Amino acid sequence: MNQTIAISAQNVIKAFGQGDHAVRALDDVSLDIRKGEFFTLLGPSGCGKTTLLRLIAGFEMPSGGTILLDGADITTLPPNKRPVNTVFQSYALFPHLTVAQNVAFGLEMLGKSKSEVTARVAEMLALVKLEPLAHRKTSQLSGGQQQRVALARALAPQPKVLLLDEPLSALDLKLRKEMQIELKRLQTETGITFVFVTHDQEEALTMSDRIGVMSAGHLQQVGSPKEIYTRPKNRFVASFIGETNFLGATRDPMGYRLDCGIVVQAPAAQADRVTLTIRPEQLRLVPEAEGDIPAKITNLVYFGTDTHCHMSLPDGTEVTARLQSPSDGESGLQIGQGIGLRFVPGALQVLEE
Amino acid sequence: MSGPASGKTASSKPASGNQTSTGASAAEQALVKASVRSGWLLSTPALVLLALAAVGPLLIMLVYSFLTPGEYGNVEWGFSTDAWTGILFTRDVFDDTLRLEDAHLSILWRSVKLSLMTTAFTFAVGFPTAWFIATRPQRQRGLWLFLITIPFWTNLLIRTLAINEILRTEGLLNNILIGLGLITEPIQIIYTDTAVFIGMTYVYLPLMVLPLFAAIDRFDMRLLEAGYDLYATRLQVLRRIILPVVKPGIIAGSILVFVPALGAYVTPRILGGGKQMMIGNFIELQFGQGRNWPLGASLSVTLLVIVTAALLVYVRFANREVTRG
Repeated sequence: MNQTIAISAQNVIKAFGQGDHAVRALDDVSLDIRKGEFFTLLGPSGCGKTTLLRLIAGFEMPSGGTILLDGADITTLPPNKRPVNTVFQSYALFPHLTVAQNVAFGLEMLGKSKSEVTARVAEMLALVKLEPLAHRKTSQLSGGQQQRVALARALAPQPKVLLLDEPLSALDLKLRKEMQIELKRLQTETGITFVFVTHDQEEALTMSDRIGVMSAGHLQQVGSPKEIYTRPKNRFVASFIGETNFLGATRDPMGYRLDCGIVVQAPAAQADRVTLTIRPEQLRLVPEAEGDIPAKITNLVYFGTDTHCHMSLPDGTEVTARLQSPSDGESGLQIGQGIGLRFVPGALQVLEE
Repeated sequence: MSGPASGKTASSKPASGNQTSTGASAAEQALVKASVRSGWLLSTPALVLLALAAVGPLLIMLVYSFLTPGEYGNVEWGFSTDAWTGILFTRDVFDDTLRLEDAHLSILWRSVKLSLMTTAFTFAVGFPTAWFIATRPQRQRGLWLFLITIPFWTNLLIRTLAINEILRTEGLLNNILIGLGLITEPIQIIYTDTAVFIGMTYVYLPLMVLPLFAAIDRFDMRLLEAGYDLYATRLQVLRRIILPVVKPGIIAGSILVFVPALGAYVTPRILGGGKQMMIGNFIELQFGQGRNWPLGASLSVTLLVIVTAALLVYVRFANREVTRG
């Protein structure tokens, strides 16, 4: 992959309101987005991800910090001077124009020649498979079709970066799955850098080359979907993406001593008091005598493909293991039964607090 | 609609079901007929009122315009087209030839000119006003709209007389300007086209602002960001996005201002004095001192034709603009 940087946010601060009432939507965020990658900003609502997107688009000016595009400072550039286009959450299609006119809008504003506009619009409509609807008004289209028009319109001027603000949130589940694949295809075919904002962790994991997890105006962790999932940096990232178990532990000469008294091996950290995390599918259940840790089954929940086994450790800590359901659906486990827990080697992660 | 449709399904069904479904469809048809009948019945008062109050007087006007004037007003039965030629021409007393009547032409021209100016100016002033109101927080909008409609609470005559007080030679405006030392002699505003224009702009401004507000209120402000994002300048966003999208409001406002302005009577009467007449005053003159009812009638019909033609052209033009983008 080409490793040059498309967007670089440096110590970006965005405060809303004034004086004592000011709220920092973004608090000293620094981030590099590589050229040609599918980058996702993931976080709960109000975490600042949309604000960061709007700063890149130029709809808002940062209260502090710098934003670079291909190494050039665009911090104070108005949105119509930035070679960056946006797919809006509400699509914001022009209701008085046809599909083709919507797609042509940006090209016309850039002063492209008529023949060039016509050719490019045809190309874009083919890309999103909307040629038969070129002369329809956008109000006559379904949600999924409007979504495609919004994509074609934003891609037509060949922006250096395409910003997507939760574009799939208005679609139903089936359409959303289709559009996820479609978006990934468009990104690969055009080679344009995509910056995608979502609160849906599954969407982020399936589509992204890299993910930036945000919370409370801070960037918590940046990494590939695998890194984010298997090596979360802190408690927020670990719990926001997928399900996980948290175990309190204290540093011990032999490794870490869990609160239930058992010493385990895990990557070294600075602090004496840490939280360890392990994913439910990385826990193995064995007969009580063979396990590293004794546990007691408190509940069993059947999900079809797998079964969630809720257990309590000797110190009262609750943990969950995800077991693949056997072919006959009978796990042979019973609520109240004692059982042994074993960690998959290397699966235990240490979190920074 | 439902009657024939259900009849069709009935005929395609096997014979056993035929009896009942035909019966149902007949009952349905009877119901539809009954509802159509009761619809006509309910709207009869309105239709009678319209026939008596709108179509009737119009027909009378049309008939009167082809009669000859009576000596003391009213009409005498006798066919004549003099009232129609009299709109634009005057008959020479000596050689009986027709000459263009400058006074009539100037009245017609003034009416159209002042109405167009009023429409244009109320739009220029009303659009920013409507935009301002529509972009206030929801709770403040009611107050602003209330302020806009306050003038409607007072009689038009009284409001126009109040403007007269401001504009007249020893009026408020001249006194202030003289007091400030900007002028030494009062400016003659009252009884000029300017005074009529100022008065009409004031009177018709709310009629422009309200439909514009309604259109801008529905406007999705996110389209502005979409426009800027796609490299449009502020002016291009205004021209290519805002104006086309709120066009129905612009059309409605323009019609609401232009139509009554063209037939304005009170404002030109008071602020224009007797000299700066518009069609409305001219028509009144024919039915009053002029004692030429046929001419008044032909002028009224002409006014109606001008307004209708202007509206048709304008709406056609505006619609084409919308579809062309």
